[in-house]
Amino acid sequence: MAKNNDDMMDVSAKIKLTTSDYVIRGIGYVLITFMALISIFPFLVILGTSFETEENIISYGVTLFPRSPTVAAYDLVIKGGTIWASYGLTVVLTVVGTLIGLFICAMTGYALQRRDFPFRNAISFFIYFTSLFQAGLAPYYLLMTQTYHLNNTYWAVLLPLMVSSWLIILMKNFAKSIPHELTESGKIDGAGDFRIFLSIILPMLKPGLATVGLFLALGYWNEWYQSSLFLQNMSVLPLQYRLYKIVNEAAALKNSVAAQYVNVSNLPSESLKMATAMMTTGPIIFLYPFVQRYFIGGITVGAVKG
Amino acid sequence: MSKVINPALPGRKTTFGRKFWNSRVLLLMCLPAIVYFIAFSYAPLPGIYVAFVNYNYRLGIFGSQFVGLKNFEFVANSGKLWMLTSNTILFNLAFILLDNLVAVVVAILLKEIQSKMFRKVSQTMMFLPYFISQVLVGLLVYSLLNSDTGFLNSVLTQMGAAPLRLYKNGDPWPFIIVMVHLWQKTGYNSVVYFAAIMGIDQEVIEASMIDGANGWQKIRYIILPSLRPTIVILLLFALGGIVKGDFGLFWNLVGRNPILYQKVDIIEMFVYRATVSDFNFSTASAVGLYQSLIGFVLVLAVNGVVKKLEPDYSLF
Repeated sequence: MAKNNDDMMDVSAKIKLTTSDYVIRGIGYVLITFMALISIFPFLVILGTSFETEENIISYGVTLFPRSPTVAAYDLVIKGGTIWASYGLTVVLTVVGTLIGLFICAMTGYALQRRDFPFRNAISFFIYFTSLFQAGLAPYYLLMTQTYHLNNTYWAVLLPLMVSSWLIILMKNFAKSIPHELTESGKIDGAGDFRIFLSIILPMLKPGLATVGLFLALGYWNEWYQSSLFLQNMSVLPLQYRLYKIVNEAAALKNSVAAQYVNVSNLPSESLKMATAMMTTGPIIFLYPFVQRYFIGGITVGAVKG
Repeated sequence: MSKVINPALPGRKTTFGRKFWNSRVLLLMCLPAIVYFIAFSYAPLPGIYVAFVNYNYRLGIFGSQFVGLKNFEFVANSGKLWMLTSNTILFNLAFILLDNLVAVVVAILLKEIQSKMFRKVSQTMMFLPYFISQVLVGLLVYSLLNSDTGFLNSVLTQMGAAPLRLYKNGDPWPFIIVMVHLWQKTGYNSVVYFAAIMGIDQEVIEASMIDGANGWQKIRYIILPSLRPTIVILLLFALGGIVKGDFGLFWNLVGRNPILYQKVDIIEMFVYRATVSDFNFSTASAVGLYQSLIGFVLVLAVNGVVKKLEPDYSLF
C-alpha cells in the first residue's frame, strides 16, 4: 500500500470502469439533461409567447416558437411608460436597501465574532432568537400600519428586507475566516475598533460582502410580499408587485398601458403579461450566471449552519 | 476601595460597567442591528395580545375586550385549525422527502458527469428557478396549465384528448404544488449535496475502484455514507420547520382561487387572508401564535437531537 505513494499519478490509469459505472454515467447524462431542460422550459415558453400575436395566443395557445413574431407587446409595455417608474423604484430600493443592509450586517457580523468582545454571545442570541420565535403576521401588520404608519410608504418595503439574522450569521462566518492577528496589529498601531473595521477588515471581507449583498439585492428585486401588505394605494409599484397585479387583476393590466395606444376592451392581455414578465425578470436572467458562485458559497455555508 | 470607578483605568476588577465601556465601539457597531431587531422583531411581540381580545379598531389592541382563549376555540372548533395544520405538515413532509431524495440523486449524478462544461451549463440551468420571484412562478405555472391558452392543453388537444380544466378543479393541485416545489428547489438543494460529495476524499473513491468496486457499490458504500451526516442534519432542520408553510408558492399558485385553495389551504394563507382581506386580526393572530409556539418547540426539540448526534452542527 505504501509503495503506491510514488506512482500516485498512475492511479487513474489503474482504475477499470465496470459496466455499472458506464450505466450510471449514462443515466447521469440523460437525467441531468432532462432536469436542466425542465428547469428552463417554462421560461422559454414565456419568452416565445411574449413575441407572439395575441390572436395566435388565443387560437393556438402559448408557444416556444411564435408563428408570427412581433414586438407589439413590448412596444405597448414600453409606450405605456409607467414601467420605467417601477424600474426606477425597484433599482433605488435595491441599491439603497442593499448598501445600508450590507453595512449593518458587516459591522455586526464582524463585532460578533471578535473573541475579545464580551457581549458577543448575548447579542448573538438576541439576534438569533428573532428567527426562532416570531409574533406572526397580524401583530406585525398592526404595528407597521397603526403604530409606525408605514402603509403606503416605500419604507414598508425598504426596511423589513434590510437585515436578517441569517445574513448576519453568514457575515459572521465570513468575518471569522479573517485572522484575528489583523485586528490585533491594528490595535497595536493605535487604531480604534471602527477604524480597524473600516480600513483593515472591510477590504478583506469582499467575498462576504459580495455574497450577503447579492442575497439582499435578490430579495429586493423579487420583493412582492411586503408590497402586497402595505402598498395598496400607491401608483408606482415595485416591479414584481406590478407583475403580480397585472397577472391577477384585470384593472391593473389596463392601467399598465396608456389608453391612447389601444382599445382597452380588446387589450392583448396574454402577450402583455408575458412581455411584462420578461421585462421585470430579464436583468436577473442575464446576471445570475455570473454571480451564482457567490450564492452557491452562501448556501453551502448557510444551509447547514442556520 | 473607592466607590468611584474610572472605567478606563487598567488593572481594575472587570465589572460590567468596565466591560461595557471598554467595548463601547463594538457595542455601537452592533447598535443599528439591535435597534433594527427591536423595531421589527421584538416590537410586534406585545401585539400577540390581540389573539386574546375581540379586536376593535377604535379601541386598539390593548383597549379591546379581553376574551381569553375564545379566538383559539373558535378556529379549533370549526375544524379549520386541524385542517390547516395537517395540510401544512403533509405538504412539508412531501416537500422534505421528495426534494432531498431528488437533490441527492442529482448531486450524485452530477459528480458522474466528466465533462466540466456540460456540468457547469446544466447546473446553471437547474439553478435558474431559485432566482425568480414567486410571482413569476405563478405565471409560469398558469401559462403551462390554464385551459384556454396553456401549453399542456395545446398538446392534449393536438393529440385529440379533451382539455383539462385544472383551474376549476382543486383535486390535482396537491400533486401540482409538490411538483412545482420540486422544480423550484432542486437546483438549490443539490448545491449543498454536491458540495458535500466534492468534499469526499478523492483517494478513497479511487482506492475503492482499484479494489474493484463497481459504480453502484461506490455510491452505496462510499458516497451515500459520506453524505449521511449532511442528509440527517438537513432533514432534521427541515422537520423543525414543518409547521411553516411556503406562503409565496401557495399564494401565487392558488391563493386567489377559492375552488383551488380550499383543497390545499395552509396556515400562512389562512392568516394572510384573515389579516389582509378580512381584517380579522384576532383570529389571524390566534392561528399565528399557535403556529409560532409549535414551531418554537419543534426547533428546540430538533436542536436537542442534533446536539446529541452532531454537536458541531447544533444551532445553540
